[in-house]
Amino acid sequence: MNLTVNGVSHEIESDLLTPLLDVLREELGITGPKAGCHQGGCGACTVLVDGEPRRSCLVPIAYVDGGEITTVEGLGTPEELSPVQQAFVHHYAAQCGYCTSGMMLAAQAYVAGGGTHDTEAIQEALGGHVCRCTGYSKIVEAVAAAARGDEFDLTETAVGKYTTMTTGGAE
Amino acid sequence: MATASLALNEATEVLRPGSEDEAVEAFGDGKDVLVVGGGTIVVADLTYRRVQPARALLLRDAGLAGISRDGSRVTIGATTPLEELVDLPAPIGPCAANVADREIRGAATVGGNLCAGEGVEAPRGDLQGALIAAGATVRSAGEGGIAEEPLEDFLPKRGGRLLLSVSYEEPAAGAFAALDRPHTHDYTTMAVSGARAADGTIRLAATGTGTHGVRLPSAEGGDAQAVLNDVTPHDDALASAWYRRKVLPVLVRRVLDELKGAA
Repeated sequence: MNLTVNGVSHEIESDLLTPLLDVLREELGITGPKAGCHQGGCGACTVLVDGEPRRSCLVPIAYVDGGEITTVEGLGTPEELSPVQQAFVHHYAAQCGYCTSGMMLAAQAYVAGGGTHDTEAIQEALGGHVCRCTGYSKIVEAVAAAARGDEFDLTETAVGKYTTMTTGGAE
Repeated sequence: MATASLALNEATEVLRPGSEDEAVEAFGDGKDVLVVGGGTIVVADLTYRRVQPARALLLRDAGLAGISRDGSRVTIGATTPLEELVDLPAPIGPCAANVADREIRGAATVGGNLCAGEGVEAPRGDLQGALIAAGATVRSAGEGGIAEEPLEDFLPKRGGRLLLSVSYEEPAAGAFAALDRPHTHDYTTMAVSGARAADGTIRLAATGTGTHGVRLPSAEGGDAQAVLNDVTPHDDALASAWYRRKVLPVLVRRVLDELKGAA
């Protein structure tokens, strides 16, 4: 079997019924998707399968043979965060961070699909995702900002300072 | 590199039929075959070793997906994702839209939803009620070959059959009401569906009052409280039997009112 993850093609050896989540984490070492409940209840393992958000713990690998997977590692880089990632930083939408990769991929699919900043629509789109820190208000604000296309200056945030430091941009 | 789940399913023979005929042949008499539709229920069962089947039948490429219409008759293939049903008229559409969330609905199939076993801690089979109300029939394969029968007759023996499609006459009017408790979970605790046929006949059915969806004939004449003659609600992790007894007639009343108000 073959899987393209974040633009990189991989031959897969796991057996046909192995959940996509386990192939990503255990066979390929891609740990952005989290194994929260491993039974579809939490949303921490959500990835994009050919652009559609799916719980990777519930997808047998046989069903995505030849498919294209996007994990949080494929959204942006520390130097160049994706618009959804920037919105999450600006709005402080990550607390402990465990649910964040799943939340951001659901948000990415929502925004890419033309979703608006309407609170109810965002809640519906992210309805399968649980945040144990209960940081939902900030998450919904961030998704609304990304849906509006807001732009942010993140240089004064912790992420911005870290990026500047690691890329050698500041004296 | 080997993981628990890599080793987990090595003993299971995986069957991947490419057509309905191949699926029917591979299913055979259904003994010790795990049918995988979208995987949203059974993959978790495999992960947690709640099932360890000799054979797993992966239906995705068997050509069983799609919604077709012949006049007023609607036929839905077994592997049609629930998300494709959400815009259908009531009670089917609103019932499908009430299932879990977009990610689950995109993967979960009609066949899986109708044939799921009784949930360990929560009721399953959201669409059973809506499709019973619509007077649906199902085509299924298994011992004795392919058969077509009313969904109500099929449900008690669904474990031993391979569902191929479900079909119904588009009702003149439909209604759906679910017990909705915000901020809890995405499982349907209990729901009532109603459909009025072209000749004025009303059919009501419930999901979440027992081991599978049931018709509610006693309330179809208009007495919502009479629904308690048809079912004996149970306790589970989502609600007590007492609570279900209190709420069920309310849901029936809402559905009857909605049907009355519909043109």
